[in-house]
Amino acid sequence: MTGASGKVAIVGAAETTRLGVIPDMSAIALHADAARNAIADAGLTNGDIDGVACAGQSPVAVAHYLGITPRYLDGTSVGGTSFMLHVRHATAAIAAGMCDVVLVTHGESGKSRVGAGGFRGGDVASLQAQFEAPYGPTGAPSMFPIGVLRYMKEYALTHEQLATVAVVQRQWASQNPRAMMRDLITVDDVLSSRLVAYPMHLLECCLVTDGGGALVLMSADRAKDVELPHPPVYVLGTGESSETPMVSQMEDFTTSKSFRVSSEKAFAEAGIKRSEVDHLMVYDAFAHLPIYGLEALGFVGPGEAGAFIEEGNTAPGGSLPMNTNGGGLSYTHTGMYGMFAIQESVRQLRGTARAQVPNVKISVAQGVGGMFAAAGTLVLTNQEG
Amino acid sequence: MTEAPQKMAPRPSPETQPFWDGCAAGELKMQRCRGCDELYFPPRPACPRCLSDDVVWETLSGKGTLHTYLINHRAAPGFEPPYAIAVVQLAEGPRMMSNIVGVEQTPEALSLDMELEITFEERGDVMLPLFTPASGDR
Repeated sequence: MTGASGKVAIVGAAETTRLGVIPDMSAIALHADAARNAIADAGLTNGDIDGVACAGQSPVAVAHYLGITPRYLDGTSVGGTSFMLHVRHATAAIAAGMCDVVLVTHGESGKSRVGAGGFRGGDVASLQAQFEAPYGPTGAPSMFPIGVLRYMKEYALTHEQLATVAVVQRQWASQNPRAMMRDLITVDDVLSSRLVAYPMHLLECCLVTDGGGALVLMSADRAKDVELPHPPVYVLGTGESSETPMVSQMEDFTTSKSFRVSSEKAFAEAGIKRSEVDHLMVYDAFAHLPIYGLEALGFVGPGEAGAFIEEGNTAPGGSLPMNTNGGGLSYTHTGMYGMFAIQESVRQLRGTARAQVPNVKISVAQGVGGMFAAAGTLVLTNQEG
Repeated sequence: MTEAPQKMAPRPSPETQPFWDGCAAGELKMQRCRGCDELYFPPRPACPRCLSDDVVWETLSGKGTLHTYLINHRAAPGFEPPYAIAVVQLAEGPRMMSNIVGVEQTPEALSLDMELEITFEERGDVMLPLFTPASGDR
């Protein structure tokens, strides 16, 4: 263990009251709803918060909306993994004494599109606008999976194995009443759903929903001193990195460099081995992400993840339960899903998940920003350091 | 009467203008660093490997192979789905996104590592580099 490892804890964690289709709330109101829930979950008030971090909205706007006078602001916005970075930065800031209690918020009207929010590029002179946009992309589904055929050729991953990612996550979602899609599906169901962007079928693409989530962090010492409604979840190790804003310029289309760099740092900081991880969340915007994640994080070797998932290792009862809320494919996906991956890690460590895995002591949440553009990794534990 | 939707035309920036000037002349041009010999894309004023700004524009062969792709089933303005969005491995090293024209847009017709050669399509004020199966391959 090095640096801030174990010195800071997540003491409040909650999602928006409703999740899915929320046409009567704007994006900032979703931030606020999640924030109020998380502050209450921590047994605190807005007067206790002196740091605000968020993406999609400005932390200035969120602080003002919630009546908070911050001494710490973090508006890091690198896509859906931003919240992993917010937790990382807040951990360092709290350990360094820059602030005491940090609120991290996410809210996005991804489906209903009420109010601003989300991760959007708009610079027409950008390299993406000149060297990618003219070739006819229509959003993430037409770009993010561009490396999948290369992966399939290099490692002989089958269409059935890719489809199995969605099948397994639906098994988890079927145990979760909060999940948007809960009916069990088969490989045939996935492969007969319509093609969105070959080789990806509809059921291999994430949902588009409204919702949000928020976290409250404080020092582990302070968490010991105050009466908390829930046991603290300690930040054991963190990492972040980026590769390229242009998916076409990935160094290697069969792996994510930013996943590797980010997770190596997080595991080193936590001082744990991969085999000590009891529960894993890998941001699944599309079915290939858990495959890339398992390999880039070092849980299996290159080319082995398809078979690993097919053998049931990440499914209920498996050796490495993964995406146990149902993931972006079946639970929810507002646009910047990373917050929900962290929420599920916290629930699993508290023992309050809908599909609870027995005896989770260490959970890892891996986020992706943009299309393998950025990455953030959190190693979390319920064990006091 | 409404006009048919147009495919998006790239808007050159000061740093990329020589690339688009090359395309207008039917040439694919990229920058090579005279310090470390790195040939790189997309265009940037300094070499991403060594940060030297002693870089020169070089004309490439326009030959490459199909590195990876997907077939989009939704329509961008002016596009007729399904169509492939591809990454081309250029013979000289860099890779770039493109469309593959003059060939059926199916997994059967588009095999990874097939040989490609450059062609250009008029888009607004610029010529956009596209790729097509190499003559020997057709």
